[in-house]
Amino acid sequence: MNRSFIARNPSVLVFLSLLALFTLTVSVLAEGFGVGLISTSFVKTLGKTLCLCLIAVAMDLIWGYTGILSLGHFAFFGLGGYMIGMWLMYERTRQIVVTSLADGVLPPTPEEVEAAIGNQIFGVVGSSDFPLIWAFADSLTLQLALVVIVPGVLALVFGWLAFRSRVTGVYLSILTQAMTLGLSLYLFQNASGLRGNNGLSGLQNLPGITAPQSAVSLWFFWASALALGLGYLLVAWVVSGKFGSVIRGIRDNEARVRFLGYSVESYKLAVFTLTACISGIAGALYYPQAGIINPAEVAPIASIYLAVWVAIGGRGRLYGAVIGTAFVSLVSSWFTGGQAPDINLGFYTVKWVDWWLILLGLSFVLVTLYAPRGMSGLIDALPRRKGEDA
Amino acid sequence: MSTLLEVSGVTVSFDGFRAINNLSFQIGRAELRAVIGPNGAGKTTFMDIVTGKTRPDDGHILWGDKSISLVGMSEAKIVQAGIGRKFQKPTVFEDQSVQENLLMALRKNRSPLSVLFYRPNAADLARVAELAAEIGLDDALLRLSGELSHGQKQWLEIGMLLAQDPRLLLVDEPAAGMTPAEREKTTTILKEAAKTRAVVVVEHDMEFVRRLNCKVTVLHEGAVLAEGSLDHVTKNQDVIDVYLGR
Repeated sequence: MNRSFIARNPSVLVFLSLLALFTLTVSVLAEGFGVGLISTSFVKTLGKTLCLCLIAVAMDLIWGYTGILSLGHFAFFGLGGYMIGMWLMYERTRQIVVTSLADGVLPPTPEEVEAAIGNQIFGVVGSSDFPLIWAFADSLTLQLALVVIVPGVLALVFGWLAFRSRVTGVYLSILTQAMTLGLSLYLFQNASGLRGNNGLSGLQNLPGITAPQSAVSLWFFWASALALGLGYLLVAWVVSGKFGSVIRGIRDNEARVRFLGYSVESYKLAVFTLTACISGIAGALYYPQAGIINPAEVAPIASIYLAVWVAIGGRGRLYGAVIGTAFVSLVSSWFTGGQAPDINLGFYTVKWVDWWLILLGLSFVLVTLYAPRGMSGLIDALPRRKGEDA
Repeated sequence: MSTLLEVSGVTVSFDGFRAINNLSFQIGRAELRAVIGPNGAGKTTFMDIVTGKTRPDDGHILWGDKSISLVGMSEAKIVQAGIGRKFQKPTVFEDQSVQENLLMALRKNRSPLSVLFYRPNAADLARVAELAAEIGLDDALLRLSGELSHGQKQWLEIGMLLAQDPRLLLVDEPAAGMTPAEREKTTTILKEAAKTRAVVVVEHDMEFVRRLNCKVTVLHEGAVLAEGSLDHVTKNQDVIDVYLGR
């Protein structure tokens, strides 16, 4: 990633500058800095939006550039969230337990502490034993590694099986839907070891940190912005050279790439796994800002939304994915958050909470039919128009 | 002349239909060969088998100095072993430039990791420019290949094949849809390529085959019917019956 890469891709520099400017502006205006024009909850919304933009960049790499319509990337996003959530929940519960047991006459034994933590966390699903998958929950380092490893390994195994059998197109999309549905159904079980439909909660509280949420929200906002910037840079670099040529070739004519001597399956697997890891990181930053993760988060519909965001923004252009996701998810939270005024037509009242999805579906259909390059198509049109004037 | 590719006793059936029936065929190291035959004679299936797209039910395909078997190898591995194929319909990557298309085809390590860190050096770019000159696209290097004319796309595809530096080039109907001037140029490119490697051309157009002026193999019902110079095979009564006489 040298200077010539940035020089050859000015849009990357523009994007990173805009992202930095945006981060700075929000920070200065946020409650955490005292100005308070932007509420803490809205800082969290913006931080979460940045995480969604990051997974959208990953989605654009796998779909827009490589031509694989994965409808399962939210499974990786959710897994990233669960991995960090396990440490957050364990460590915070441990501190609470240790504090409360310290009042006793005798100092508590490690076994007593462990049992009390187990009771606290798993009481809600009628258990108190730690399942095997919580083995590393006391180590932040290991759980952070798992944020990347678990989605990566799942993608590697799933992708190897699917691509090796030459499953392509809509069949692969269905298979990825089945994967995320399967994961969601599994997590819904109390016996899954991740608290069933209760999910993991209280994730906004960082163990050992006494700073107010107004400050913590800003830290996560910065981390999300940094992750998005680095992720964008990485993906832009990946698609810039011959690797980008090959994966776009796979998108346009897979058989032809194979007859150039490239092992198409290895490329697909590499991209699938890389994007799964990026999704995991995005999820690990998202859920502490959301405060809770439960199996509904990895339901099939979530991954379909992701495809809709990228399509509306314009696939095959990284900034398109970011614009589409930021725009649609923010507008979506405005419409569904009850802030949009209802429209009273006299005979019928348009309630946006109900009608927003129809509006979104309609715009998806319109974009697909009339503007395949999405919102970024507007940006692409700008320099061309200038050129014609000159 | 030693043999580069040896196909012996190969049979392929699709749902009971024998597309290739006990086919045996040999090609030398630096040779231009035309394969002709009526529709359904098995010309394309023959290419599919050699390139690994279709697996034979029976028979051997031996390749190169060590006579390794190509049966069961993946398409990508067969390409890497030195067999290049040009499809009937020109398939270049239309939203990429001529230069990007040629760079992708250049004989280099094709593993994802090495491709990820690959950046073209001066020698690679010079080789691409040289190839572009050979196929008459030297002033179109930075143009999107989708903007090229039909004939230019055909040449670009031949250029991509040459960039792979294969030892055997399989070319499916290169002259289809070309103007007479474009045909002439295509003939030159193929003849030039055949000086250093084997080139097999599948073609319908007799005039084009005559211009190639090479050994001809006539396929019929999945087997070799006749072999020799064009004049020789066109005098063969069997060939006249099944193909030319219709």
